[in-house]
Amino acid sequence: MNIALKRWLPHMVAIACLLVLLYPLVWLLATSLKPADEVLTSLDLWPSSLEWSNYTTALDGVSGVSVARLLGNSLLVAVGSVVGNVLSCSLAAYAFARLRFRMRGVLFGFMVATLMLPHHVVLIPQYIIFNQLGMVDSYWPLILPKFLATEAFFVFLIVQFMRGLPRELEESARIDGCGPFRVYWSITLPLTRPALITTAIFTFIWTWNDFFTQMIYLFSPERFTITLALRSFVDQSSTSAYGPMFAMSVISVLPILLFFLVFQRYLVQGVATTGLRA
Amino acid sequence: MSTAQRTAPAGADRTKHRKPPARRRPHRDQRWPASVFLSPWLIGVVALTLVPMAVSLYLSFTDYDLFSAPRWVGLRNYTDMLTEDPRFWRSVGTTVLYVVVAVPLKLGLALGVAMLLRSLVRGRAFYRSAFYAPSLLGASMSIALVWRALFNDGGSVTAVLDAVGLPADGWIGDPDLAVYVVVLLTVWQFGAPMVIFLAGLQQIPSTLYEAAAIDGAGRWRQFVSITVPMLSPVVFFNLVLEIINSFQVFTPAFVISGGNGGPADSTLFYTLYLYERGFTASHMGYAAAMAWLLLLAVGALTLILFRTARSWVFYADEEGR
Repeated sequence: MNIALKRWLPHMVAIACLLVLLYPLVWLLATSLKPADEVLTSLDLWPSSLEWSNYTTALDGVSGVSVARLLGNSLLVAVGSVVGNVLSCSLAAYAFARLRFRMRGVLFGFMVATLMLPHHVVLIPQYIIFNQLGMVDSYWPLILPKFLATEAFFVFLIVQFMRGLPRELEESARIDGCGPFRVYWSITLPLTRPALITTAIFTFIWTWNDFFTQMIYLFSPERFTITLALRSFVDQSSTSAYGPMFAMSVISVLPILLFFLVFQRYLVQGVATTGLRA
Repeated sequence: MSTAQRTAPAGADRTKHRKPPARRRPHRDQRWPASVFLSPWLIGVVALTLVPMAVSLYLSFTDYDLFSAPRWVGLRNYTDMLTEDPRFWRSVGTTVLYVVVAVPLKLGLALGVAMLLRSLVRGRAFYRSAFYAPSLLGASMSIALVWRALFNDGGSVTAVLDAVGLPADGWIGDPDLAVYVVVLLTVWQFGAPMVIFLAGLQQIPSTLYEAAAIDGAGRWRQFVSITVPMLSPVVFFNLVLEIINSFQVFTPAFVISGGNGGPADSTLFYTLYLYERGFTASHMGYAAAMAWLLLLAVGALTLILFRTARSWVFYADEEGR
């Protein structure tokens, strides 16, 4: 009896914690299917009848822009950012991990220091720059910085990974006459795949969730992302729109949940080894 | 580590008298490839970090609305902020309260759950992933909207609080309690530091615990004398990261405050006020000054943490030296 209790008690505690933790997610799903009059009057978690019309209303989108368009915009920004981060961060990482050049230590230290820089210090001048370039209210301010390796976290992550790779393959490729770009592209990059996948997934999720930058740079409703569309619900105090609002919320977190289910191993490993956050 | 050893000999520079020409070449050749590989990052650092930092420092001494030229006002933004702006102090107070309450709660819970999972033989990977999920979702607009609804007047958490006799007019509308909704949303995302703690706990050799148990050390004693010191570098790492991130919290604050820091400025977080001054009220100079104060504050805090670290962070590999 005592032994059985000792064995099961941690599981019971863990499951209890998990239920509390997952409650908001279940609530989100349930509320997205509730009829309007049940949202606040009934405290039953599950709706009495499933109100699928919340979803059809949600699909119409916000200010005449359909959810399909909003999702497409979010996807465009996220995929652009992923490509930018994977390319630019792996290039910089290869230099730091494999090439010898003057000031390497200084530059690497500087790169690590930028990890701690609060984004707000560069925010306003960056806005002025993009405003001068006529890029405000376009996706350039959101995607272009990713092609310039501004997210030092990923440079750091890939450097750490490349340092752990054996050099023999690269050396024999060099002896066979491969230049540094060929070595990077054909040998090192394929070996770095796990770190690149981690970079890609985190970039996707961060960009998908990002609100601040998108709010500052995008004005036209037809360029809105799904996050910006949801923002229009924030200042509403009425609860009449709860059903469609949470239906749209479910649609917007679905890609993240999918990514999580498919790539959870990479995500958890990435966090455990480098301390990345989401 | 092996990288350092392999690059260290650098035969090209030291052994001049019998240098093998084939080894000298790669070193020379690597200068221009390095500059090509590094150029995106270098351009980014200069154009999007260093220059903007200098510009925002300059702007912090000016009056600037984005349309007319900046007008030099000296230290006035800073003196106004520190002496004549009660909303600035309100935002500092809210943010500090939030950091002081949320960070220890989040890290405490993360450590507790990590130790719980460490003790499990089966199912550890499943729980680890499941507990981590909120960390991915927590920064999203959708989840912030959920929390706003749950803690609103008539929301289901409010109903539960009512049932157990706690204040239940909806925390969202209560100036004393609204900030704790943001705190709870932050604590809900304890999964990321938990994963890091768990990785740290798994590094502690079990022989240490076995030896302590033979010497008669109880659970608590083992925790204080083995787990705490062995884990202190991980605790330190989590603490620094969590504090830096917490000062910059925005999306949950924006949503839970209804976009304006309400009720009665009780959720006017520092970043929210910075955004309001700079982008809603077009006082870019003032916002730049706020940004630089934030940088100085976070920098000073990090420095203090690193200083105190010497007295409480224990690095096992340094023992023999």
